[in-house]
Amino acid sequence: MTGSPREVVLSISGLEKRYAEVTALAGLDLTVYAGECFGLLGPNGAGKTTTIEICEGLTEPDRGEVRLFGLDHQSHAKEIRARIGISLQETQLPEKLTVVEIVSLFHSFYPRRRPVDEAIAAVQLNEKRRARVGTLSGGQKQRLALACALVGDPDLFFLDEPTTGLDPQSRRQLWELIEQFKAAGRTILLTTHYMDEAERLCDRVAIVDHGKIIALGTPRDLIAMLGAEHVVEFAVEGETGLDEAALVLLPGVAAVRRQNGRYQLEARTVHLTIPALLALLQRDSRTLTELVTHTATLEDLFVHLTGRLLRDG
Amino acid sequence: MTGKPAAAAPLAWRERPIVQLTLARFREFYREPEAMFWTFVFPLLMAGGLGIAFRSKPPEVFTIGVSRSAPAADKLMEAFARNTQIAAHLADDTTGNRELRTGKIALLIGTAADGRLAYRLDDTRPEALSARRLADDAIQRAAGRQDPVTVGDELVRERGSRYIDFLIPGLLGMNMMGSSIWGLGFSVVDQRRKKLLKRFISTPMSRVDYLASFLFSRLSLLVLEVIVMIGFGALAFGVPLRGSWLALGTICLLGALGFGGLGLLIAARPKTVEGASGLMNLVMLPMWVFSGVFFSSTNFPAAMQPFIKALPLTAVNNALRANMLEGAGFAQIWPELTVIATWLVVCFALALRLFRWK
Repeated sequence: MTGSPREVVLSISGLEKRYAEVTALAGLDLTVYAGECFGLLGPNGAGKTTTIEICEGLTEPDRGEVRLFGLDHQSHAKEIRARIGISLQETQLPEKLTVVEIVSLFHSFYPRRRPVDEAIAAVQLNEKRRARVGTLSGGQKQRLALACALVGDPDLFFLDEPTTGLDPQSRRQLWELIEQFKAAGRTILLTTHYMDEAERLCDRVAIVDHGKIIALGTPRDLIAMLGAEHVVEFAVEGETGLDEAALVLLPGVAAVRRQNGRYQLEARTVHLTIPALLALLQRDSRTLTELVTHTATLEDLFVHLTGRLLRDG
Repeated sequence: MTGKPAAAAPLAWRERPIVQLTLARFREFYREPEAMFWTFVFPLLMAGGLGIAFRSKPPEVFTIGVSRSAPAADKLMEAFARNTQIAAHLADDTTGNRELRTGKIALLIGTAADGRLAYRLDDTRPEALSARRLADDAIQRAAGRQDPVTVGDELVRERGSRYIDFLIPGLLGMNMMGSSIWGLGFSVVDQRRKKLLKRFISTPMSRVDYLASFLFSRLSLLVLEVIVMIGFGALAFGVPLRGSWLALGTICLLGALGFGGLGLLIAARPKTVEGASGLMNLVMLPMWVFSGVFFSSTNFPAAMQPFIKALPLTAVNNALRANMLEGAGFAQIWPELTVIATWLVVCFALALRLFRWK
């Protein structure tokens, strides 16, 4: 991200893709610069995987253009493949082979390569060198997949949902690895539907929904789009709803939403909003059953933009 | 292109994609005990079992009954006692008839309505007809018949004409077909299903290297398969090996490549192992039946022969038998080799065109 002019590693313009009845991509534009970690954040089915697979040359777009390192897949497939490292969402590596055998196999494919042992060490699988893939945990398998990408010494990593389905500890381990890649100056494009992952790892994030980018920027800029740094979430006893117009007028409140019987207030000033909210409820003789506040996240932005939760898809 | 200097050169051959891919194929094979069993042990069990079931037997002995009421029954028994192929016993009419009905005896000698000798038999049973011929011969000779032409028997029991001699080349051919088609087909389709093919083609790996690795590992295993099967036939049953090793090697090599091509063609599209398995059976079943594995393909009507001869397994089996049993060389087996080579070329060309990597 430092130094200018910034070198463009990946540029996508006007990408469209339809599968039978489903529009996966409806005109997507994107630029990724050298050395940045770029995140595609969106619910399942938003078009993240389709985008990344088109970039990898595994899927043909119906319309639009993709260039990696200024090259396109039609004329420079081999050069591109030699410079990218991939972790697919659903690859199952051969169960009967050991870690070192698989990394050696991928090692043999690349013209420019890193030593096998170095790649294994980088993903902290030294102790599992001789273990068969079938005996590895989910997190270890994901790390092995990263080693297979790393061993080709790629200029650009594509990581499709690298931590989906992993336990919290494995996720944190994987995050640390990706942060090390970043620190080493590598360019990364990752997809995720975890907002905490995007916030922690990505320099810039594109929020994708229905095959389009609906917001783009640094995680901090995106959250700032909400116009409020906090979210106050609460629920009250009884079936009758509250007067939302009255809630908006509470001090510091930027917006009000009601979802699954809970209210969400986007608030700039929690210390003013909460006392006022409590006073309002007391005046109307309503009993509070739940009250939570948190710092605004990309999830809140997604809800703000689409009215849906990320995990709802 | 490589970032590293040539320091790693002595190991370079091990770092070649084709070597790594072939090694991976081997490792996956020998770490799968079931695959080892079906490839090496099962064909031997089958050859052993069939070899024992259809081993050459001493001349058959026919059991016949002689009714006590038959004219000169004891003279008949005397005549039969001199013939080693007849085991005769006396029985009363009721017992004799029951034994005939239940197949315990092949022939019952009794009395006809007019008092003469009568042979009772079921003429649809082959052993009944043989028994009748033998018994009649013995009776007529005992009664003083002189044959107008005297002939002596010279017995020829040669290796190469027994059922096991026919069977071993057939099993070898069938085994080659099975392990090539299953070995290639299942692995490729399984890798497609697990998205490993997709992962591979997102690297700079050469697609030719990938397909070639399957053929290399197949051919190496083939050498073992051939040695095990032919060695077993020779040691356990004395099956002959009259042709040249070069011709035999050529048949096996070409056959395995041809079946390999067929396997790749079958595996070119299916996304599931179940789908591939159906296709494989569809392709192999006609050959199991028609190509002369267990019995000669000449048993089928003449109209079907051109079709049967065009099947790759028929060509492989015929060439193997001609080589092993008759010592035929290239001059005799070139038509079969041509059939196999044609399958090889056509299947590969089609497989490469149709193959789906994603």
